Amino acid sequence: MRTLFFLLEKEFRQLLRRKSLLGMLIIAPAIQLIIMPLAADFSVKNVSIVVVDNDHSSYSQRLINKITAGGSFKLAGYVSSYKEALKMVEQDKADLALQIPVNFERNLARENSGKLFVAINAIEGTKANLGGSYLSGIVKDFDDEIRIEWTHDATVDAPQISVASSNWYNPFLNYNLYMVPAILVTLVTAMSAMQSAFNIVQEKENGTIEQINVTPIKKHIFIIGKLIPFLVLGIILFSLGLVLGRIIYHVVPVGSLIVLYGSLVVYLFAMLGLGLLISTYSATQQQAMSLSFFFINIFNMMSGVFSSVDSMPAWAQAIVQTFPPSHFIKIMRTVVLKGSGFSDISNHLIAITIIGLVLNTWAILNYRKTA
Amino acid sequence: MHSQLLTFIKKEFLHVFRDRKTLLMLFGLPIAQIVLFGFALSNEVKDSKIVVADYSKDATTQQIIAKIGSSKYFNIQQSLQSAQQLEAAFKKGDIKMAVIFPPNFGNNLQHTNKATIQVIADASDPNLATTVTNYVTNIINDYNSSLNNGNVQPLQITPEVQMLYNPELRGAPNFVPGVMALVFMLVCTMMTSVAIVKEKELGTMEILLVSPFRPIYIIISKLAPNLIISVVNLFIILILSSVFLDLQVKGSVLLLTFCSMLFILTSLAVGLLLSINAQTQESAMTASLMGMMLPTMLLTGFLFPIENMPIPMQVLANLVPSRWYFIIVKRVMLKGLGFEAVWKETLILAAMCVLLFTISLRKFKIRLQ
Amino acid sequence: MEKVIQTEKLTKRFGDFVACNELSFDVDKGEIFGFLGANGAGKTTAMRMLCGLLKPTSGKASVAGFDVFTQTEKIKMNIGYMSQKFSLYDDLTVSENIRFYAGIYGMKTKNIRTKTQELLNELGLQNEAKTLVSALPLGWKQKLAFSVSIVHAPDIVFLDEPTGGVDPVTRRQFWDLIYHAADKGVTVFVTTHYMDEAEYCNRVSIMVDGVIAALDSPVNLKKQFNADNMEDVFYQLARKAKRSDN
Repeated sequence: MRTLFFLLEKEFRQLLRRKSLLGMLIIAPAIQLIIMPLAADFSVKNVSIVVVDNDHSSYSQRLINKITAGGSFKLAGYVSSYKEALKMVEQDKADLALQIPVNFERNLARENSGKLFVAINAIEGTKANLGGSYLSGIVKDFDDEIRIEWTHDATVDAPQISVASSNWYNPFLNYNLYMVPAILVTLVTAMSAMQSAFNIVQEKENGTIEQINVTPIKKHIFIIGKLIPFLVLGIILFSLGLVLGRIIYHVVPVGSLIVLYGSLVVYLFAMLGLGLLISTYSATQQQAMSLSFFFINIFNMMSGVFSSVDSMPAWAQAIVQTFPPSHFIKIMRTVVLKGSGFSDISNHLIAITIIGLVLNTWAILNYRKTA
Repeated sequence: MHSQLLTFIKKEFLHVFRDRKTLLMLFGLPIAQIVLFGFALSNEVKDSKIVVADYSKDATTQQIIAKIGSSKYFNIQQSLQSAQQLEAAFKKGDIKMAVIFPPNFGNNLQHTNKATIQVIADASDPNLATTVTNYVTNIINDYNSSLNNGNVQPLQITPEVQMLYNPELRGAPNFVPGVMALVFMLVCTMMTSVAIVKEKELGTMEILLVSPFRPIYIIISKLAPNLIISVVNLFIILILSSVFLDLQVKGSVLLLTFCSMLFILTSLAVGLLLSINAQTQESAMTASLMGMMLPTMLLTGFLFPIENMPIPMQVLANLVPSRWYFIIVKRVMLKGLGFEAVWKETLILAAMCVLLFTISLRKFKIRLQ
Repeated sequence: MEKVIQTEKLTKRFGDFVACNELSFDVDKGEIFGFLGANGAGKTTAMRMLCGLLKPTSGKASVAGFDVFTQTEKIKMNIGYMSQKFSLYDDLTVSENIRFYAGIYGMKTKNIRTKTQELLNELGLQNEAKTLVSALPLGWKQKLAFSVSIVHAPDIVFLDEPTGGVDPVTRRQFWDLIYHAADKGVTVFVTTHYMDEAEYCNRVSIMVDGVIAALDSPVNLKKQFNADNMEDVFYQLARKAKRSDN
């Protein structure tokens, strides 16, 4: 224990002395947390639409007005042919093209049916999904509207089931509530895994690790001494993130802080284990950077921050299960938004613990004190 | 001088190829990303787990539940008995929506022709909530129409929707160009800055500088391996996405290669610039990571639509080279457009490239003399 | 005389390559033992085995009475080591480095304080106690590194080319420190490329191609090889070497 004390004293001294690194470790994530939610706004506003009105009837005019008045769509322009409309989609000037065919109104009146043609740029899936469903919602409302006018009393004789929908946990559909907890996780992830890997490899490159290796320090003590400073740093960073999220984005965790911090410690244990493992496989900082970057990049993209894990095929979901951040992101989101307790998130906690044990054991076995 | 330059370039290649682990990352990352992201990432919402609470338990509710259950969008997990159970199900986090039929649902529908289904969505993810609510509403509307089967609804408008370029709403078409931008940016920026700073740290830079070797050649020899690795990566990515992801280059491969080279050079220039200011590998890495990775991920447009961002961010995004490259790749590769559709973006990239190189070369010289 | 290092047919193989082939020698307590050899002769490998950093392939060896196969942790408690790579922390101050190394060898806090003061006085670094090690000149760093490596009063200290790149005056001062330590009963096991330094040793062994080609006091070696100085002795032996890393 005394040895550990001296190791920790040394690590903290070194850490505190590197003001510029420390600044980057604290300030850079803080700035990101402030800026990222601004950018990471998946809510689809202003889908731009180009309209081809071949009918020029009162109905077609009303439909177009209804579409553009709703706030979801921005009119990119009127063109005279479907081909031109498609060209605008092609050039990214519009996300969606709507064609109202000739005799739309007349067919509706005479044959009781009318067709509309919609083409959506589906490269950005979310936008396509939402744009399409906004539009069909508006068309349906319009349809109901004119039907009531036409029949004067359409709803009486036909049985009609209506849907009353409500949104729980985030009634105003505020995207920040969803993103801020996840972004905080990615920041803690990058800091913990990478910095712990660098730190150990730095001692390798400087040759000081050789000096440590001839001393009677037990390897697990040395490793614990290396990890604790980053555990502390991770907790500080996380706390800073919570405060910033609260002040700037009004993200107030519904759940208990004990659950959040308890999970954080388990999570940091796993991620620092990964950093350690990377360091045992790297001889130079460049390698450590490459390896940790590899993992962090894949974690960021696959763990559900930017795209939904539930939409992935089963095999990919199985892989994602082995990524600690995917569990911690779920924990963060449920605890912050819904106030879930330990019992609700126990599966995720157990998963992180197992992954953490595996990574740390592997790292310790692979960390050869006898070179 | 040329043979000297070749010797130096050869030395740089040896550095890169000796370090197997880094090399693995350089080529492994793009491959892993293309395969994983290409196959795994999708925006399609399907098989969402939902719960149903049926307080009426009559023929109508059974029919509707069967209809919801058989849709590809939903996967009914359990039937609920109480409100507490609902709360608990949501808190575990897997359930996206609850559909609740009030008591006497079928009765009401028969006698008053009106009945209401309550739908509660977990709106933690607002887009998902909107989408699943929409889906269930559509199913109910269909059911409504089938109720009125005998008498045709008057004035039926049916939109015929066509999803262009990416009918299955796969993530790949959006992510492949994004991955390309990300990979080139990182390989070039990070590897270049670290390679140069490493020589500074080791003191070998001084040896190079006192040698009768023009500084420009040192720079060229440092940049060459990364340029070549990136071009190889470009073709790996194109081949992989064409073979595995069924995403062929619809436009001209030559044009795409040209624009990619331009972007790669721009990224190399950024790396050069970073290396001039950094003194240690650690600071070079942290700077390229914090300084480049995040802006690239955020402001390129492949994760988040730029037009949704606040105006200052949109302005900022214009300064990020990958943003322009992303547009070019989308147009040339996915939509098959020609040079006339991307000349503006290409020009911007070229201007950035020249500007960055001029600045960093000037700064590099100042440091030497 | 008490033997602090004893080896018998100590061998290390890396695949087909025999880095050290059946080394057998003893080192007495308080002796300054020079360990010479051309680059690639196997010195560093031998030293790393004795320090418990590398497991020998075969043979026997004990250091400070402990077995190099089974009791490496006990060995580490009783030795000091200074590698050819500078091994203090650049971003800690002089006294922080001393405190750290003394601490991990289990010295009492009170003793650390007196020991630090003692060391600083001995090295004439009283005014530099709060200076970052990175700001010290190389010669001072090396002297400090040596003092730190024996801060816990080990039985033996291993020095791996400790004076590389240091000016002659500082080298002289460095050897004063070594003598001073040996006087206090610390056994010094040192590798070097400087032949004048070999003359300072009580006994010298010269390794060629993984085996010990000669081992005796400098006086006897010069006699044996009919040479004027150690340089000549070394040259006669080393030029027979078949392998070298150059």
